[in-house]
Amino acid sequence: MSTLRQQAPTPEERDTVLAVPGMHCAGCMSKVERKLGALPGVETARVNLSARMVTVRHEQGLTVRSLVEALEDIGFEAQDRTDKAFERVSAVRPLLAPLAVAGFAAMNVMLLSVSVWSGAEGTTREMFHWLSALIAVPAIAFAGRPFFASAWKALRKWQTNMDVPISLGVLIATGLSLYETATHGEHAWFDGALMLLTFLLAGRVLDAMMRDRARAGVDALLSQAAQGALVVADNGTTHWHAAGDLSPGMTMRVASGERLAADGTILKGNSQFDQSLLTGESEPFAHGEGDKVLAGTLNLGSPVDVRVSQVGHDTTLAEIARLMEASTQNRSRYVRIADRAARLYAPAVHSLAALTVIGWLIAGASVYQALVIGVAVLIITCPCALGLAVPVAQVVASGALMRAGIMVKDGSALERLAGIDRALLDKTGTLTLGRPVPEAVSLDALSDDDASVALALASHSRHPMSRALQGALSQRGIVPAPLETVTERAGEGVFAKCRGVDVALRRPESAGTSAVALVIGDAPVRLLPFSDQLRPETSEALARLAASGVTASILSGDRVEAVGEVARSTGLTGIGGALPAGKQEMVARLRDAGHKVLMVGDGLNDGPALAAADASMAPGSASDVGLQAADFVFVQDSLLALPRALATARKTMAVVRQNFTLAIVYNVIAVPLAIAGLVTPLIAALAMSGSSLLVVANSLRLARAAK
Amino acid sequence: MTGLLFLIPVALLLGLLGLAAFFWALRNGQFSDPEGDAARILSDDDDEPLEDRK
Repeated sequence: MSTLRQQAPTPEERDTVLAVPGMHCAGCMSKVERKLGALPGVETARVNLSARMVTVRHEQGLTVRSLVEALEDIGFEAQDRTDKAFERVSAVRPLLAPLAVAGFAAMNVMLLSVSVWSGAEGTTREMFHWLSALIAVPAIAFAGRPFFASAWKALRKWQTNMDVPISLGVLIATGLSLYETATHGEHAWFDGALMLLTFLLAGRVLDAMMRDRARAGVDALLSQAAQGALVVADNGTTHWHAAGDLSPGMTMRVASGERLAADGTILKGNSQFDQSLLTGESEPFAHGEGDKVLAGTLNLGSPVDVRVSQVGHDTTLAEIARLMEASTQNRSRYVRIADRAARLYAPAVHSLAALTVIGWLIAGASVYQALVIGVAVLIITCPCALGLAVPVAQVVASGALMRAGIMVKDGSALERLAGIDRALLDKTGTLTLGRPVPEAVSLDALSDDDASVALALASHSRHPMSRALQGALSQRGIVPAPLETVTERAGEGVFAKCRGVDVALRRPESAGTSAVALVIGDAPVRLLPFSDQLRPETSEALARLAASGVTASILSGDRVEAVGEVARSTGLTGIGGALPAGKQEMVARLRDAGHKVLMVGDGLNDGPALAAADASMAPGSASDVGLQAADFVFVQDSLLALPRALATARKTMAVVRQNFTLAIVYNVIAVPLAIAGLVTPLIAALAMSGSSLLVVANSLRLARAAK
Repeated sequence: MTGLLFLIPVALLLGLLGLAAFFWALRNGQFSDPEGDAARILSDDDDEPLEDRK
């Protein structure tokens, strides 16, 4: 398919992998490929749309930076992922081959089995059994490996999981069938064993597919951290350095709209900084010469020179990452519901089989007869339906959520979310949109002509405020006015001429307020105030949360007054001024008090709390850390994603419980037959597929759960 | 009955052929970017014969 993958690059060439989260469609894809392909020094560019990545083969001399800039020109943000591209392991791929083999073998063996059941006798039956064995034994050895490996891992630690009874059932069925075949017996169970493997593998492949897709989506969103900085050398020349190459003592020049790549102190200039990534504080801070600034903060104002003091692992950013690592361990102790069921199920089934053998021996059966019946009990109780009960329900529910714009990152996330009774919400970026939006009232006041000038000016700048203004005005159907001689002066604004009149979109004189000033000729200056607004449908979302028995409150790192304002408008209780460690502690306190806590947050400062909570959620606009720590990521603006995910999780667990009931009812009917020695391979095959189909059909009801 | 001697190998062979085809597709990266392949058919500049691109 791709020539890139098959041939290694020649020594003069190099492969670079860029993550481009903005690509969605065929148009974006060909735009990106064409732009990169046209660059001098680029051999080929190939997009992988599923992963939102582009692999570029280019000359050694071409820098990654120039590729990123080329994509920026056509409006796509890109980030170098060359090192990480190979870490991405797909969960689906290793399962596809076993599934194909199991499916192939199951179909062929079933064909032979049907002939045996319909009355093949003597040598024909024997030949069919041998043929089945020939197909089944290697197929089971190959396709069963995922189960055998997992069961062995659990057994070695003296534990048991769902894979233990599955592996035992499959292995014993195969062994007995081989014995029966060799001794010219009547029944062989190869078909049952293979069918079981096929069903279970199909369930796991679906599960893995869903997780792969969610992970690819989240991977593509990760782009907040600064990738590097422009370093000023002693002689005044500037060079771009990647974040990993910075060292303390360097001077970096941070342009307006750029994020800092390292901690440091300001040498020259003063500006406004947005620290919301670190602290959750929404108002920009003014910092001047000699002030300390932290990696991850965004420079909103004019360019500044910063002397680097700490890089990499020593930054405040890295400190937060360490806090998170510690709290993630809490979560790994969670035992999934299927494994909890297996803890009860496996010993019960295995002692039942042992008792059956003993019972038949006492009743006077031969050792061989007693063993065959015991094995039949093991095969019939092999938890096919039980093994499908959880994954199929979760796959269908995750699919439904994904279509509703909510990505489920972790397999056990739905289980954990279903049980929560407390929700802690971060303010900036979670309850609010986390980006300044021009206030609608002031935009309404603009005449169409003024608005078209403002739109034209805003579209010439990449400053976050210009972008927000551009978005808001385009949405109103305004057409940009033609401009001449446009110049953007960093930290000041955009200046141009429109129909012979001087126009500008610039920083207002009174620094400190979130606003831009629109200047048109000699007309009075218009001030367009910006504010961070609540997400759409917040009150409805919170009402629905409350209705489903979840007490919500605000937990923010922002100033108490700012939190109070949002708390009043949403009717929630709020805690302000919380540090990352404080948030984590709050979650731990609630958990100790017996609550199941959902943390919703986006910032780096929420990371530790997200990792420590029973379940966690982050908006798609969240920082790297937030996205990585959260179980769920929702990509729409509306906060309705919260109650929707919760309702879906609860419905999923209801279906899982129904599935367990179905599987148990099936066992209650089938096990007495097996104990009585009445089960033939035909009955086993019918019972197994019947119960599996029932469970799958029941789970499919979740397909519309997220509506 | 003699039909079986003939039909069973044929059935198995066809099945194996399908399996082999699937493995070939898997190795060849046919499943690495399903979304992109679905979108690629819509772009016009990508439709020269494959032989020329190798």
